Amino acid sequence: MIEIRDLHKYFGALHVLKGINLDVEKGEVLSVIGASGSGKSTLLYCINALEAIQQGSVLVDGTDVHAKGTNINTLRQNLGMVFQQWNSFPHLTVLENVALAPRIVRGLDKARAREIAEQQLVHVGLGDKLNNYPLALSGGQQQRLAIARALAMEPSYMLFDEATSALDPELVGEVLDTMRLLAEEGMTMICVTHEMGFAREVSDRVAFFHQGIMEEISPPEELFGAPKSEHLQKFLSKVK
Amino acid sequence: MQPTATFFSGFTLNDLWFLGEAALKSMWISILAITFGSAMGVVFGWLLSVSRRAGALTLAPVLDVFRSVPLIIQLVLFFNFAPMIGLRLNPFEAGLIVLVVYTSANVATVAQAGIEAVGGPMRRAARSLGMSYWQDMRYVVWPIGLRAVFPAWIGVALGVMKDSALVSVLGYVELLKASQILITRTQETFLILAIAGAFYFALSYPISHYAARLEKRWTQ
Repeated sequence: MIEIRDLHKYFGALHVLKGINLDVEKGEVLSVIGASGSGKSTLLYCINALEAIQQGSVLVDGTDVHAKGTNINTLRQNLGMVFQQWNSFPHLTVLENVALAPRIVRGLDKARAREIAEQQLVHVGLGDKLNNYPLALSGGQQQRLAIARALAMEPSYMLFDEATSALDPELVGEVLDTMRLLAEEGMTMICVTHEMGFAREVSDRVAFFHQGIMEEISPPEELFGAPKSEHLQKFLSKVK
Repeated sequence: MQPTATFFSGFTLNDLWFLGEAALKSMWISILAITFGSAMGVVFGWLLSVSRRAGALTLAPVLDVFRSVPLIIQLVLFFNFAPMIGLRLNPFEAGLIVLVVYTSANVATVAQAGIEAVGGPMRRAARSLGMSYWQDMRYVVWPIGLRAVFPAWIGVALGVMKDSALVSVLGYVELLKASQILITRTQETFLILAIAGAFYFALSYPISHYAARLEKRWTQ
């Protein structure tokens, strides 16, 4: 379970997150929507400590992410993250991309790491690309590679930071399908997304962020069907 | 008839050996300078990349001096001033120290560029997988950065090899000094310089050839 309490984040003088309180249960799929600059991506970065926080706390399975004694590298193994830019390692083959972290971070032997990597690549539909280099892959394939790479750490949570925003429109579907598959398998997911269709169909709850405040959070049919906040109504009328 | 005194004698096979040995000395001092200079340069480059501001104020100006003052001046100054601070160095040692520092100053900027060639998002992705700072450095930044600046580094290495000729001004008998000695004796300037040039080429060519092949393999 992820528990976020009174989370404040500043970039210099800029107050990006203004007291976020949020619980994400095991097995839940939460989509986070909102305009650019609303702080939704920053929220993800605060959950796996890629960004420091100035106030409040984030607990993952009871471990305080931002506490001094927390081993952040161990913690991150449990929090897979997929970014807007897929960032495949260009010098490694698809298989090696996925097998690297299991080998050096989890300390698995090479054969076992490759076995897990292959499993995850087949899982995301890249079983026929194992020995290709990432540059030979399309954006959608590279993003699925990034998903497999995160999954190979066998995390309990997956954080998606606008995983489809940098993709050509015709490639968005394959990545969303992969994310849908994970959701069906019961993965706990927080998806920052601009894909309203995905948010509506796949999420258990949807959260709307506006200028650093979580203005609304509810099941999708409620949030999209009867938006209460004025900002959300405006936002939805624009994206539809 | 008076016997004529001969000041000059022709170029012999022995002289070729002499040049070959001197070429080995050139190679040896270059290998040492490039190896240690590169190792130091990578550390300097890393320091410059981790703290741009502090680096710009402290390390960078020092490296700039070593990069911009002509090597020959650095060699002569260091060789002559070293005894004043109690360092008794032979020409090889003095030359090597100056070459190492000079190489490290040049490699530092190359290494810094290599580290910075690997963008923040890429490094965040590596860290998000649970890699430590050093694992990210070793398995992501190093291989990607190295590929990015490898041609530049090869350029520095080849430059140092040729610049090692300047150590001759300290009296170290490397390839250029040996050539000068032979020219004085034989007066066969063109022949000997051509041979010396061929030796330098023989030392450089394998490096650039190997580098080109390595680059080709990486881009596949």
